[in-house]
Amino acid sequence: MSDSSKKPDKEPTFLDKQVTRRNVLKYTGIGSLGALLGASSLGGVFAMTNQAPSKTGKADKNEIIPFYGEHQAGIITEAQNNVYFVSMDVITTKKEEVRLLFKEWTEAVALMTAGNPVGEPSTNHYMPPKDTGEVMGLSPANLTITFGVGPSLFVLEGKDRFGLKHKQPKELVDLPKFPFDSLEKEWTGGDLCVQACADDPQVAFHAVRNLVRIARGKATIRWAQEGFQRSKQSDPKQETPRNLFGFKDGIVNPDVKNNQEMDKGIWVQPDDGPNWLEGGSYLIVRRIQMYIEVWDRSTLKDQEETFGRYRESGAPLGQKLEMDPVNLELKDQSGKLMIPENAHVRLAKGDGKQVILRRPYSYTNGMDAKTGSFDAGLLFICFQREPSKQFIPMQQRLAKMDKLNEYTVHKGSAIFACLPGTSLGGFIGETLF
Amino acid sequence: MRMFGLSSVLLISMSLLFGCSANEQSPKKDTKSKETAAPAADLEDVTKAYREFAIGEISQFVKATEEFTDAVKSGNIEKAKELYPTARMYYERSEPIAEVFGDLDPKIDAREGDVPEEEWTGYHRIEKGLWEENTTKGYEEYADQLLKDTKLLRAKVETVEVTPDVLITGAVDLLNEVSTSKVTGEEDRYSHTDLYDFAANVQGAEKIYELLQSDLAKKDQALSEKIGEHFNQVNQLLEKHKKDGKYILYTELKRPEIKELSQAIDALAEPLSQLGIVMEG
Repeated sequence: MSDSSKKPDKEPTFLDKQVTRRNVLKYTGIGSLGALLGASSLGGVFAMTNQAPSKTGKADKNEIIPFYGEHQAGIITEAQNNVYFVSMDVITTKKEEVRLLFKEWTEAVALMTAGNPVGEPSTNHYMPPKDTGEVMGLSPANLTITFGVGPSLFVLEGKDRFGLKHKQPKELVDLPKFPFDSLEKEWTGGDLCVQACADDPQVAFHAVRNLVRIARGKATIRWAQEGFQRSKQSDPKQETPRNLFGFKDGIVNPDVKNNQEMDKGIWVQPDDGPNWLEGGSYLIVRRIQMYIEVWDRSTLKDQEETFGRYRESGAPLGQKLEMDPVNLELKDQSGKLMIPENAHVRLAKGDGKQVILRRPYSYTNGMDAKTGSFDAGLLFICFQREPSKQFIPMQQRLAKMDKLNEYTVHKGSAIFACLPGTSLGGFIGETLF
Repeated sequence: MRMFGLSSVLLISMSLLFGCSANEQSPKKDTKSKETAAPAADLEDVTKAYREFAIGEISQFVKATEEFTDAVKSGNIEKAKELYPTARMYYERSEPIAEVFGDLDPKIDAREGDVPEEEWTGYHRIEKGLWEENTTKGYEEYADQLLKDTKLLRAKVETVEVTPDVLITGAVDLLNEVSTSKVTGEEDRYSHTDLYDFAANVQGAEKIYELLQSDLAKKDQALSEKIGEHFNQVNQLLEKHKKDGKYILYTELKRPEIKELSQAIDALAEPLSQLGIVMEG
């Protein structure tokens, strides 16, 4: 791979030409189509230079999130409109196959995020096309793919399945059981995760579909959930997105443009643990069903006291603006706390020491067949450097007394270590496998 | 019986073949048409061997059907129930050929609702009588008709010309059958003997793989080995669901077991779908 990936760098004119199978073969000297499709160089070069030759030749540079970098994309990337999240089980027993899977995935992602199909159009009509085809002619829509590994990849039922046990970070363990958790096995855990985000649901699904296809025989889907935010198109003021309870969600996020803040709270640092995860981050996902029918019949006062914010402005109770700092001491004339003891914002804030990067999406899965209510809620996704000091203490407080618990139930949960990024010629997971 | 019979696939692939040969005849040096027209490798021995295999299966299908229909006509319910799943396996194994005759396939293998009620005949019609109504009474005529249709199939199958693409699309089609109707328990909805059909479809696909194996290995050794490994995995999985030498009922499978079977078929069918590489010159 490294050989072929260097070649185009030396051939600056290569990028200017229309890429056909023939001249690629000429340049790379690879004789078989199979080998060509396995070469990551093309996507890589195009991603680096933003010269994506999409099917139409018109890929909008502004809709490409660079794939290569110190960190994986899709973490501090501004949340796209849609997510397709998949948790997977590894079924192969060979570590080498897992390593190869990540290499193949990296190649495919480098291509797709730059607006290219995962393989050249087929010339053999007796074989299925390499790419599934539903994004032909579409923009990459700011597609990002973020890969993570779960605790069970290291040790499953006491077994060191891939000889990776000694590399398992102490932070990468199953989350403790929180009070009132109502987790269902089919929505919990996983050896690997793939988070695909894009500003178009079809682009996000296409990416996941092709990655799952590449994984066939090596890994299978454990659970999958798609999610959405309001689209940016329908929100000209680009306000903080609202969840399905009608409240703004994710107001208190750290500033992703502040590198220091990100290093402090989001990215795993050199002294934190295993060096393979340096530059990575821990992803925690919770599938939280919302009893929206119940919520809809509670009073506005009740709703606002539940969150501790005003519904319309998003401002903390007792204050004016959304971005006003949360003041937990404020009292009304009768001496009652403005933000009640059990309000979500008070418990989430705690002593203010735990900061997480929230990247939540709403979901709707049609009707809950058992009750006839909507199956709708929040696919809560967050990133952090040390779960034991960030999400876990925060959730312990919330689970115990959050007033919001009356209207929600946590059905799914998983933790993954999101690998660091990679550079041209490398692959996601190269530090681990 | 499927919604999309193989015959349509055959037509499509035949027109592709014609397209190819036309290109080859033209003296143009257009590399593009050269690429689209993957010259078919000489697979004559393979197609001949497959033809013999399929005809052999269908001959045995006639025999097994005769025993089954005899049991139905003589009112021997237990015997008929015992013969039902295994008789069908010959048909399911040779489906790429057996299904070519679009008029006979529904008569032999249509499920309830696939065809208008008054036209519904064949194995599944009798299956419903045996398991739902626990009777053979009133099904004698269906038994006669089924045997007649089966014999007609045997006669017609002599005329089939087997081309390489029948094998290539057939192998994956057999597994697609498993994915869409066997693994869902819809094939044998009264007897729940779906695992027999499941196994037979897999065996039919494996036969094609075995016949193409040496040609495939010449093109891509690793792919050939991978397919072999996945056939083993599926076969081992199926073996797990046998009790006293017989497959358990579909309804005895637990949900995670069904998922496991389904995903094992996906894992096998993906590399198997690359079989077409043998057509490259």
